[in-house]
Amino acid sequence: MATKTAGPEGEHAPGGVASEHLTLDDRVALLKYMLLMRGIEERAMNLYRQGKVPGSFYDGYGQEAVSVGSAFAMAAEDRLCVLHRDLGAHLVRGVTPARILGQYMGRDGGVTGGRDGNIHFGDFRVGCVGMVSMLPDMMLVATGLAMAFKMRREARCAITWFGDGSTSRGDFHEAMNWAGLQRLPVIFVLENNQYAYSTPLDQQFAVDPVERAQGYGFPGVRVDGNDPEAMFEATREARERAIAGGGPTLLEAMTMRMHGHAAHDDMKYVPKEQVEEWRQKDPIDRQEARVRDLGADVDALREEVTAAIDAGTQEALAMAMPDPATATDRVFYDGEEDLVLGDGAAPWSGFAVGARDRGA
Amino acid sequence: MPTMTYLQAISDAMRQEMRHDERVFVMGEDIGVFGGAFKVTDGFIEEFGPDRVMDTPLAESGIIGTAVGAAVVGLRPICEMQFADFISCGFDQLVNVAGKMYYRQGLPVNITVRLPSGGGFSGGPYHSQNPEAWFMHAPGMKVVAPSTAEDAKGLLVSAVRDRNPVVFLEHKHLYRRVKGEVPDGLYETPFTARVAREGTDLTVFAYGAMVHTAMEATEDLDGASVEVVDLRSLVPLDEEAILASVRKTSKALIVDEANETCAAGAQVAALIADRGFEDLDGPVRRVATPDIPIPFSPPLEQAVLPSVDRVKEAARELLEY
Ligand SMILES: Cc1ncc(C[n+]2csc(CCOP(=O)(O)OP(=O)(O)O)c2C)c(N)n1
Ligand SMILES: [Mg+2]
Repeated sequence: MATKTAGPEGEHAPGGVASEHLTLDDRVALLKYMLLMRGIEERAMNLYRQGKVPGSFYDGYGQEAVSVGSAFAMAAEDRLCVLHRDLGAHLVRGVTPARILGQYMGRDGGVTGGRDGNIHFGDFRVGCVGMVSMLPDMMLVATGLAMAFKMRREARCAITWFGDGSTSRGDFHEAMNWAGLQRLPVIFVLENNQYAYSTPLDQQFAVDPVERAQGYGFPGVRVDGNDPEAMFEATREARERAIAGGGPTLLEAMTMRMHGHAAHDDMKYVPKEQVEEWRQKDPIDRQEARVRDLGADVDALREEVTAAIDAGTQEALAMAMPDPATATDRVFYDGEEDLVLGDGAAPWSGFAVGARDRGA
Repeated sequence: MPTMTYLQAISDAMRQEMRHDERVFVMGEDIGVFGGAFKVTDGFIEEFGPDRVMDTPLAESGIIGTAVGAAVVGLRPICEMQFADFISCGFDQLVNVAGKMYYRQGLPVNITVRLPSGGGFSGGPYHSQNPEAWFMHAPGMKVVAPSTAEDAKGLLVSAVRDRNPVVFLEHKHLYRRVKGEVPDGLYETPFTARVAREGTDLTVFAYGAMVHTAMEATEDLDGASVEVVDLRSLVPLDEEAILASVRKTSKALIVDEANETCAAGAQVAALIADRGFEDLDGPVRRVATPDIPIPFSPPLEQAVLPSVDRVKEAARELLEY
C-alpha cells in the first residue's frame, strides 16, 4: 500500500505540500482548529489550577495535528470514536468551546451534563461516540460502526484514535482481526506519543504496532503526526480506500506527548532532550509558518481564536452546576425517539465541492 | 396455540422479529451454517443470509463491542454467547461501554445479549455458570430470565425492542425439557414478576430453571398452600410483586441456582428485610449453590445445585416456624 505522507521525522519543510487536496482556506482552518484545541486546553488547565475543574485534567499539547488533521478528512455522515488526546476532533465536528469548558468544569451545560469528566465525552448529535477509560475499547465500537455501514451498503467510514500503550491490550487484537477479516471501512489512528503514562515504547512492545497491520491483512502507514496536512492526506487516502471497499487502514501518527500524562504528572521520567527535540517540531509553529508564507493573516486568526475561547469561557463559567436531584436520572432510555449518531460538521472544502457535484 | 419447547420459543421470537424489523440481526460464534451450539438459530442463515446471521470470530469482546457500534447507528443486534460463561471475556464492553453509554452521553445502546446459562448436565466449571448477578450489580443493563416457553418468546421480543442493553438468560437445562403453549405472532412480555402458583402459607421466589424446581418441591407439601413467584426480570426487579406476595403469605423462601453470595436472591432477601419486615412471620430463608465452581462429575454437581429435596426441606422448616 503506497500511501505517500511526510516521513516520521518531521522533515516536512514549512510551506511544503503534503496534500494536493487542501486549499489555502483549508490549511488555515487546520491551523485554526489546532489553535482552538491548544487554547481551550490551556484555558482549562488554568481553570484546573484555580480549582474550577474537578478531578484531573488531561491534554493533548503537541499532538494537535493528529486529531485535527485526521478528523478534517472525515465527511459529515462518517462517525468517530474520539480519545483523550483528540480534542481537535470534537472541534472539527462543531462542538463549541463553551460546551467543552463546561464539560471540564462538570457543568450542566457541558457535553455530558456533569455525568462524566474531562475528555470523556462525545456529542452523538455530531457523530461522535465519547470514549470510555478502558483502552482501547473504542476500537471495537468503531469496528461495529463500520460493520453496520457495510451491512447496509452505505458509503461511510468510521475512525477512531488510541495510544501506543493501548495496543498491548486484547481489544486491539480483536478489533484489528475483525476489521481485517470483514474488510470494514474503518480507520485506526494510533497516536504514538512515545509514552503510555510513564512507560516508554521499549517497555511496551517488541514489534512496532504499525508493522502488525499487515498481519491482519491491511496496510499500516506511518505518518508525521506533527503535520496536520500529512495527517489529513493519509486519512483522506485511507477513507477513500475504505469507502471503495478496500478495508481498514492503521495509521501510526508519530508524535510526542509534550505534557505529563495528566495535570499531576511532572514527567520526571522523560529526558529533557527528548522534549526539546520535539519542541522544534511543534505542529502549530509549523502550520503557522506554512500559511504565513502563503499570505494568510495569522495574527488576525489568533485574535479570532482567543476571542472565541474568551467568550466560551464566560459562557461556561455562567453555566449552572447540575442539580443533585437529577443524579439518578437517565440510567435507562424509555423514550420513543430513535436516538442515534447524527451528522457533524465536515469543513474540508473537498466535501463542499463533492456536495456541489452531487447537486446538493 | 402451538406447543413449543423453550428453545423453539426463543428461535421463534428472533425469527419473527427479524422478519418484522430489518434492523434486527443475530451475531455469534458458529450460529450460521451450524445453527449455534444449541441450534437456536438453525435454518436462520438460509432465510436471512450471512449478513443478518453473522458468524463471528471467537472474540466475545469483539461481539459485544461491535454490536454497540452497530446499535448506535441504528441497528438492533442480538448477540449470542456460545455459553453464558464466556461473557466474562466480553464483560468490559458490556459493563463499561454498553451499560454506561446512555447515562454518560444520552446515547442509548439497543443490544440484546443472549446467555445460555445454568448447570445440571456435567458442563463443569466453565459451562454451567449463572452470571446474572454480575450484571445486576452493574448499572445500565436490564436482566431477564424466563422459565417458560411463552415467557421466553415474549421476554426476548421485549428485550430486542427495549432501547437499552438487555442481558437475556436462557437456561440450557430448560431448552428441550420445558414445553408449553406459545401464542402465535409477536407479543411483548413485560419485565415484571409472574405468580406461577397462588398460595397463602409461604412464598417461594425463583427464576429460570429454579421455578420448576420450586414448583415440583412444593406441589404437595403436606397440604400446605405454597405460592411460587417467578421473578422473570431481575433488573428491573418487580419489588411491588415481591412485597405483595410476602404481605399475603408472611413467609419467604428464595431459591437461586447461582452462587449464594450477592446472588439475585440476596437482593430479594434484602428487599424483604427492609420493606417487608412487618409482614414477616419467620426468617427469610435462602437455598442457593454454595460459593464454589460448579463441579463436573454428576454426584458432585448434584450435591451443590439446589435440588427438589433441598427446597422441600427448607420450605417445611419455614412452614413449621
Ligand atoms: C485498560 C486500561 N488500563 C489502564 C488505564 C489507565 N491509563 C490511562 S491512560 C494510560 C496510558 C495510556 O497510554 P497510551 O495508550 O499510549 O495513550 P496516551 O495517554 O499516551 O495518549 C493508562 C495506563 C486505562 N485507561 N485503561
Ligand atoms: Mg502514548
